[in-house]
Amino acid sequence: MVAYILRRVLYSIPVILIAALILLWGVRETFDPCAQFRTSRGGQASVERCRKADHLDEPITSQYWSWLTKAVQGDLGQSERTNADVGSTIATAMWYTIQLIFWGVLLSALLAIALGVYSAVRQYSVGDYILTTLSFIGLAMPPFWFGLIAIQFLAVGPKNWFGLDRTIFGFVGLHNGDSTGFDLDYVRHLVLPVLTLTVQSIAEWSRFQRASMLDVMSADYVRTARAKGVRRRDVLVKHALRNALIPLVTVMALDIGGLFGGVIITEKIFAIPGMGRLFLDSLQQGDAPMLVAWTVVTAVFVVLFNLIADILYGVLDPRIRLA
Amino acid sequence: MTTPAIEEVRAEEGVFEPVARSQWQLFRRRFFRHRGAIISMVVLILLAILCFGAGFIAPYANNQQDLLLGPVSPNAHHWLGTDELGRDQLTRLLYAGQLSLKIGFAVAIISTIVGTMIGAVAGYFGRAADQLLMRLTDLFLLVPAIAILALALEKFGHTDTVIILFLSLLFWMYVARIVRGDVLQLKEKEFIEAARASGASWLRIVVRHIIPNIIGPIMVNVTLGVATAIITESTLSFLGFGVQPPQTSWGNMLSDAEGYVGTSKSYLLYAPGIMILITVLCVNFIGDGLRDAFDPQSEKH
Repeated sequence: MVAYILRRVLYSIPVILIAALILLWGVRETFDPCAQFRTSRGGQASVERCRKADHLDEPITSQYWSWLTKAVQGDLGQSERTNADVGSTIATAMWYTIQLIFWGVLLSALLAIALGVYSAVRQYSVGDYILTTLSFIGLAMPPFWFGLIAIQFLAVGPKNWFGLDRTIFGFVGLHNGDSTGFDLDYVRHLVLPVLTLTVQSIAEWSRFQRASMLDVMSADYVRTARAKGVRRRDVLVKHALRNALIPLVTVMALDIGGLFGGVIITEKIFAIPGMGRLFLDSLQQGDAPMLVAWTVVTAVFVVLFNLIADILYGVLDPRIRLA
Repeated sequence: MTTPAIEEVRAEEGVFEPVARSQWQLFRRRFFRHRGAIISMVVLILLAILCFGAGFIAPYANNQQDLLLGPVSPNAHHWLGTDELGRDQLTRLLYAGQLSLKIGFAVAIISTIVGTMIGAVAGYFGRAADQLLMRLTDLFLLVPAIAILALALEKFGHTDTVIILFLSLLFWMYVARIVRGDVLQLKEKEFIEAARASGASWLRIVVRHIIPNIIGPIMVNVTLGVATAIITESTLSFLGFGVQPPQTSWGNMLSDAEGYVGTSKSYLLYAPGIMILITVLCVNFIGDGLRDAFDPQSEKH
């Protein structure tokens, strides 16, 4: 097991580093961070100075090498947009994003399991058809549109219809000006962004849970348990559900890494200063050090959760051996 | 695909007569039994006719402004209202549909063709080609796709052609992985061995023997590709990295509408989103129908 984890980690390092190189090259090919000096009074001389400062006069490989040698010592460089330290900027932004992802995964896991089990147990009932339709719609809807519609109908709409003095759910940031920490205000601000982030996962995971529950429910050991006289409820919870969760857990771990893409949209719509916002701001200005560091950090998360998925699969289902 | 299959035995005047059907007939029968897929097909074709016939159907000229009129809510003259510049939203919606549909289908078809060829070669030859494909897929799972697309559009211009090319560049790998897996299984089968023994070249084996056998998953993947491409394009345009005016796509219209959420002009928000929703829903249902139609087992229930 340890050897397996080690091999996987060692294996991903070059892939992550190549991803970083591709991004650095792409940004440098597209953006010129010294463009602002071209029209300034200093003219050519200040452009040259700027290019030297950002090492733009060197070939891409040596720029990459100097980034890499610093990065392994923990120095991710300076933002070309704000001049702030890249490492600490990312750490600040990451905190917001982790909150979103944490609550998002918690909510969608609980909802998806509940809905999936209900659909499977009541297969072909009216409830099952309604949930199936909803999940089809959830999967076909662009998440950003869901976010906008949610603001319209869950935040601003009720305020106008009922003449409230403020909206029930917040849709700017995670707190109102003066409050901090975990309080009612925080929850009111979390609801819409978390829903926007997870509407697709809820739809997908609940379909998945339904399928795996149906699979397990027709297994021989479930029939045996029923034949022995175990109550239906106990069979469903103790025999069926526990086994039906195994495939879902793996899919969830794989998808959590992908949520870093989802926060880009969510954080833009709800003005949350997390990783997604940082990514968009940096991309608009071609901030190479920030984008490269962003890619590496999120790639590490994706790799980590892929690894967790594989390990969990082996732990939960002893028939699967990792080699 | 012309192997006759004895489908059913029909009693006619006391004589049992087996009816032979070709694979294609079987496929068609199973597909037409999927009501959702048929309805979706009709809706999608209607939608395409409306959008691509916009020149004849649309009530106003494309992008025709009426600054004196400004934004008005939906009414008898402007069924979906007008925007800030007095442009008729129904007209824009139809013209935008041209672009969204074109991007969706073009990306799906290009990436499926490229992905199938590369996946088939990687699966057939194995070893180095196979390793390269798998590592490439791993790599592109880690590079943020939005960054690649945004940079490419910034560098090569915000046109539909660039979007189509780069979306295809990012999507072919998923098809390739699926095809590779199927080819790995198929190439050990006796009929491939027989073909090889009778002197068929690798190209002939792949094109004539392997690909016809995996056409099912490939076609299903085309529908998935259309859905993903349309949603990705709309997201990209919404974020401001996609197509730029005067070109319009549904995502682009939603990007314009974002500022009006919660105001009296929130009507701008609905139509483009609903169009994306309907298109993707239809495409997904067709995919479902195809999956059932290619699966010989599905006839039983």
